[in-house]
Amino acid sequence: MSLKAKIADLFNEPGCSTNQAKTEQARKKGCSKPLTPGAAAGGCAFDGAKIALQPITDAAHIVHGPIGCEGNAWDNRHSASSGPALYRTGFTTDLTELDVIHGGEKKLWKAIHEVAAAHNPPAIFVYQTCVPAMIGDDVVKVCLAAGEKLGLPVIPVDAPGFAGSKNLGNKLAGETLLDYVIGTREPGDASPFDINIIGDFNLVGELWQVLPLFERLGIRLRASITGDARYAEVASAHRAKANLLVCSQALINLARKMEERYAIPFMEGSFYGITDTSNVLRGMAGLLVRQGAPEDLLARAEALIAEEEARLWAALEKFRPVLSGKKVLLYTGGHKSWSVVSALQELGMIIIKTSVRKATDGDKERIKDLMGDDAPMVDAIPPREMYRMLKDGEADIMLSGGRTQFVALKAKRPWLDINQERHHAYAGYDGTLRLVERLALALTNPVFEQVRKPAPWETAREN
Amino acid sequence: MARLVHTRKACAANPLKMSAPLGGAMAFMGLDGCLPLLHGSQGCTAFGLVLLVRHYREGIPFQTTAMNEVTTIMGGLDNLEQAILNIASRAKPKVIGICSTGLVETRGEDIPNDMKLIRSRHPELADTALIFAATPDYVGGMEEGWAKAVTAMIEALVEPRKARAKTQRGRINLLAGCHLTPGDLEELKDIVEAFGLSATVLPDISGSLDGHVPDQYIATTFGGTTVDDIAAMGSAGLTIAVGGHMREAAEKLNAIANVPYVVFDRLTGLGPVDHLVQTLSEYSGRPVPEKLKRSRSQLVDAMLDGHFFFGAKRVALGAEPDLMLALGTWLSEMGAELSVCVTTTPEHRLEALPASEVHVGDLDDLERMAAGCDLLITHSHGRGMAERLDIPFFRAGFPQFDRLGAQHQTMVGYRGTRDLIFSVGNLLMEHGHDHVPVAESRKLIHAAA
Repeated sequence: MSLKAKIADLFNEPGCSTNQAKTEQARKKGCSKPLTPGAAAGGCAFDGAKIALQPITDAAHIVHGPIGCEGNAWDNRHSASSGPALYRTGFTTDLTELDVIHGGEKKLWKAIHEVAAAHNPPAIFVYQTCVPAMIGDDVVKVCLAAGEKLGLPVIPVDAPGFAGSKNLGNKLAGETLLDYVIGTREPGDASPFDINIIGDFNLVGELWQVLPLFERLGIRLRASITGDARYAEVASAHRAKANLLVCSQALINLARKMEERYAIPFMEGSFYGITDTSNVLRGMAGLLVRQGAPEDLLARAEALIAEEEARLWAALEKFRPVLSGKKVLLYTGGHKSWSVVSALQELGMIIIKTSVRKATDGDKERIKDLMGDDAPMVDAIPPREMYRMLKDGEADIMLSGGRTQFVALKAKRPWLDINQERHHAYAGYDGTLRLVERLALALTNPVFEQVRKPAPWETAREN
Repeated sequence: MARLVHTRKACAANPLKMSAPLGGAMAFMGLDGCLPLLHGSQGCTAFGLVLLVRHYREGIPFQTTAMNEVTTIMGGLDNLEQAILNIASRAKPKVIGICSTGLVETRGEDIPNDMKLIRSRHPELADTALIFAATPDYVGGMEEGWAKAVTAMIEALVEPRKARAKTQRGRINLLAGCHLTPGDLEELKDIVEAFGLSATVLPDISGSLDGHVPDQYIATTFGGTTVDDIAAMGSAGLTIAVGGHMREAAEKLNAIANVPYVVFDRLTGLGPVDHLVQTLSEYSGRPVPEKLKRSRSQLVDAMLDGHFFFGAKRVALGAEPDLMLALGTWLSEMGAELSVCVTTTPEHRLEALPASEVHVGDLDDLERMAAGCDLLITHSHGRGMAERLDIPFFRAGFPQFDRLGAQHQTMVGYRGTRDLIFSVGNLLMEHGHDHVPVAESRKLIHAAA
């Protein structure tokens, strides 16, 4: 399928709840909102594809393009590995002016052979980028020919930056796995307790925060797609009994097509917040039982949930005095616009605004369930307004992604990173506890009081 | 004399080099009220922006023309126009600094012509300076992109010298290379001001990226060289260019306004700083101030105290050409040995480096050759290598995302060189492998007792 046809197919994703809510006509337009030149933010399709595939730790990842695509971007995420480190090496063909004139296919061919000879990886992923796509380098052809010659999967990832947004790139990565990887190996040890987790990239080791919960229920991770993954695991993912899809916007197409192709049912879930974590455990136990696992799994899941929830609420209680009455500006979007709300509210915090960018109607319903019909939902807040709210003390703290970090800090208000660049893991029950701990630390740090005081010679009002 | 060696391999591993558009956009960060705009797909902007945020720990106002599949085929004029209009209405910048990327350059866009068209269609942009630097990703690295942007700033804004216009003898221009930090620029300004002169620094990231807290929200850069400052650079009495990659900009300024110039390949180390101080003293007709003499004396003392720890130490150095020249020459002047040098582009200036070879390559090349060295110097991406090789690691250059205060790391002038000797010397001292003699006979006696 051509890249263009593939993208059109992705936009018609029936599993996507945003898509379902649209009229037939709106659906045809596709889900890529045209970006506004001069007012756009975020990564490109190549970025998204690489984010989704690079966590396959034992594979080599070669970026076919000029230096900007890998030189500016490698080594920038905290996707953790429990073993192999090859995925951390930034490989690139570093195309120069001569390559652009003569074509980069030969250089790519050589690059694949160099990497195979030097590292002997189980697979090589090759990422197409804008410049070689424009000069007509046929990455698919080069990869398949090299793969045949080397006797090694060499997988083309056809997601040049100009194809669209980071999110589209995530989905193209999912298609790549369907086309070239999943179903290519048979595991010798399939069991009725096998699941895949799709869309978790093990940032700062979050996968490891939740795996012990599954292990206590005897549920086994067949493949992680793709946090801390091994290539062979992903290749045999089609033998799992159920799929858990987290971060659903990213890889919904993959989960739905695996259901179609391999009859693996999936649920969407999240490990952010207590209720969500419980729902995931309950839901996955349910799916496995429906797929033939013993009935008692359900009761064991409920017992685990009850035990963990009780433990966690008790542990959170000590933070109530610090957090109660504090006003939070929650600026994230998607499921995170509500998934942490219940824990914060339970501890007496006041959510003054929560942004619902990228959130689905379902997300908005959840917010209303938690916060009532007059829930303070907003779309994008311009940074200038955000700065004002923090500076004027309308909010005591902002929870957001790195992009708005300095809006809060320059307004001399505490800030907590809850997006993917963060340095702390907030998944599962213990992750929620960690989040609350970090929140309390941020709010009580003594620097804020000091820096907000004007210098003694300044007569102006406190800034 | 060093020989430039090209690595003959098709696949770079663990790149040392970053892209020219990133260097260009970073240079535009040194202008006041500026919004750098990369003309390409949105990833070109996003990657560079993230890297700058991680290094400077500041909000970075980069924007993108967000080229997509259709506009890549049809041409980027509409996107460029929309981007400029959106930026002008939202952020109200004084300058929009436009850098091209591999994408639009491969397509062969005529951007200067597009800009003329946009200007003629939109009189409302009359008060917004638009500056364009051609920086395809596939030519050179950050240093080249930075140099092109600075030359473009001069071309676009410096007013030609009118006949018989008076030279402002008290003003000099300081063209700052991309290897200089805000801390370096503050140090150089101090030195210039010590002679009763004032310097227009171009680009002046010490005004915008020194990590300060303004009292209001600003959507563009806040601080840096102003448009008026640049316009007036033609009336200065002298241009000092720091880093060989600033030579072309100095020549351009000379061609436009006939300002004489001196290029300093480096300002790290006693000799080159003496040369700068002597130049300023002669130019201003003033004796060297006591304070600078004192700083010089402190540097001399630091060299004497520090040389013990540098002597014959084998250093592996990975840096862009002008940073490599500055640090490499200085290390050699301290008695260290440049065992392995890896740089980003085949720059002939590097043949002056006191090393046998300079490799044009990547961090993987550096790692393969650096085993057994006593010290590694490169940017933060070298941290994995330092761990694997288990050698002391000094971070220099861009990016430094795993350290606080990278913007204030100062390595030029007497004081900067002095502090550099202390930082690197301490690292070498800490990891020194001096063997303590073991008195076996004493052990035996104690065991018997």
